[in-house]
Amino acid sequence: MAVELPDNVVVTKLDELASWCRKNSLWPMPFATACCGIELMATGASRHDLARFGAEVFRFSPRQCDLMIVAGRVVMKMLPVLQRIWQQMHEPKWCISMGACASTGGVFDTYCVVQGIDRFVPVDMYVPGCPPRPEQLIQAIIDLQDKIQREGTISGAEFETATRQMTKRALQELPMYGRQ
Amino acid sequence: MPAKPETIAALAARFAGLSASEFRGDTRVVVLKDSLLAAMQHLKSDGKFDLLVDVTCVDYLNYRDARDRFGLVYLLANTVTNERLTVRSFLNEPDLTVPSMVPLWSGANWLEREVYDMFGILFDGHPDLRRILMPNEFAEFPLRKDYPLQGRGERHNFPVLKRNQA
Repeated sequence: MAVELPDNVVVTKLDELASWCRKNSLWPMPFATACCGIELMATGASRHDLARFGAEVFRFSPRQCDLMIVAGRVVMKMLPVLQRIWQQMHEPKWCISMGACASTGGVFDTYCVVQGIDRFVPVDMYVPGCPPRPEQLIQAIIDLQDKIQREGTISGAEFETATRQMTKRALQELPMYGRQ
Repeated sequence: MPAKPETIAALAARFAGLSASEFRGDTRVVVLKDSLLAAMQHLKSDGKFDLLVDVTCVDYLNYRDARDRFGLVYLLANTVTNERLTVRSFLNEPDLTVPSMVPLWSGANWLEREVYDMFGILFDGHPDLRRILMPNEFAEFPLRKDYPLQGRGERHNFPVLKRNQA
């Protein structure tokens, strides 16, 4: 049975609506430990204006954030702090590894620098550069918004279920690649 | 400004086995380890070196023509006459204990903790000799030359958080 809709009505799924709301109001947690933090501040400031993409509310309490931006190198004394802050953030939450040091350790291949935070916390987006330009970080946030819209928001328990089912599914059926 | 010749002469007259040299305007004296504390006391009370600028250490393992393993370096300054003096003393394993300079200059506290952290030199009489830069559970002394640059895997000895462990 066909239903006539008025022109100003759109039909969607509730999950998609929730994802749309979440992606457009990301609250970043600035985990800035080095020079990438300066670019991170520039991104939030008026010239590059992260508010255009709805992610300008930098909060220094992990309880109020849903996007951790790790900007700079992480040493072995800082890593337990990073993990604790990550665990203190509420779900759903995402993580951007900003710059070469956070992603791979960069030039600091020494005894105390962790060679990439993705060894110890889950990372959604990597931003290359040393340090990256604010435009690159903005692009990463736009890509992350795209990922949130396509993938939906997955809590930890749902992720476990999805990981168990992953072996049974073909790659194309995964939500990130499947739609569109 | 280099130390005055009479300052060096007064020090050399009191302590045997002391050798002094000058290089590009910097005066340096090498003191035997046993007379280090007495020499520093003399430099503070008679030489009026009221500022301990830095305490650091050099590992001479595999260094050409080196006879001793560790070279301890104290940089002293007299803030009235602007004299500066480098005091050095050599140490060898297994006896890596030297007297602490905290009773003379309280600024030596964190400097000696850093030398202990990086080289494992023990400072006798230090009020609080713990690691200052590395985590407490770290077991090695990373600036020693026999410690590899990339460590022995300590930097990756942490629990891994997955997405379901939020």
